Amino acid sequence: MPARSRMMILLLLGLALAQRAAAVVETYEFSEPTLEQRYYALSQELRCPKCQNQNIADSDAPIARDLRQLLHSQLEEGASDDEILEYMVARYGEFVRYRPRFGGPSMVLWLAPGILLLMGACLAVLTIRSRSSAAQLQEQSISAEEAQRVRALLAQDEDKP
Amino acid sequence: MASRLKLFVPLFIFAVLALFLFRGLSLDPKEMPSALIGKQVPEFLLPDLVTGENRTREHLLGEVSLINVWATWCPSCLHEHPYLVRLASEGVRIIGLNYKDEDAAALRWLQELGDPYALNIADRQGSLGLDLGVYGAPETYLVDATGVVHYRHAGVVDERVWEQTLRPLYEELQR
Repeated sequence: MPARSRMMILLLLGLALAQRAAAVVETYEFSEPTLEQRYYALSQELRCPKCQNQNIADSDAPIARDLRQLLHSQLEEGASDDEILEYMVARYGEFVRYRPRFGGPSMVLWLAPGILLLMGACLAVLTIRSRSSAAQLQEQSISAEEAQRVRALLAQDEDKP
Repeated sequence: MASRLKLFVPLFIFAVLALFLFRGLSLDPKEMPSALIGKQVPEFLLPDLVTGENRTREHLLGEVSLINVWATWCPSCLHEHPYLVRLASEGVRIIGLNYKDEDAAALRWLQELGDPYALNIADRQGSLGLDLGVYGAPETYLVDATGVVHYRHAGVVDERVWEQTLRPLYEELQR
């Protein structure tokens, strides 16, 4: 039992260490705490050009490290968020933004959900309408036929007391 | 009749979906067009790797050229190098951008493996690389005689890439 729990502790320790090794290592000093907040926000939003689906905060690629360094120095130099994004987009294209600008080829991305939703809503309304009108028609025609049958049956009943 | 046609709606949706997915199979998600296509190569002032002279944008102009981003720390560059030597011997003007490398190691590389470059720009900090939108090595840019970028290939330039993609563009620009 003690041997087993020792194994367990070792295993957990190993896992904990592995976790730390994977994290991004470098840290930056900021002259103002707001800059640090903006650094985190922007490094989450900028996409690493080398790795397909990681932001520069998560990536270990050399280019992501360069871009983090650049981001830090630009923030310290007093650049605005828009200026920084502009700078990155001018070099790496819209690809580097996880939220691409509205307009141009990314227009499709922005508008498609709305258009699809609208199309779906139209389809739903049309289907519901046609169904309910068909149901109404059916109800009326059946009730007319049935009214006759009912009258006939009633007449029969009256004939035979 | 109309309700009969409705039965084909799922088939139609499937066909459209299949078409899109099939197209997706042949798309390369890693392919990222350079933001510089159709634009001028950015201004720079960097030393020549071999002579140490100042190099600027002016030195690239006058001829259709390939700008090849390379480094001694990049294994794919080693793989690519012999083909560049061959292209250079066929008369293609290749300009080297030695990217975030060490001078000594880079010079040794050129001595041992041959020098296909018309000139080599030493970009120690990766500043020109950044302005070009380089995200790794090797990368190769096709630039016309006036310094406008026409194509960027990220990865190794081999016979297939040259013959199928770069050469047609290169020859078109030379006309």
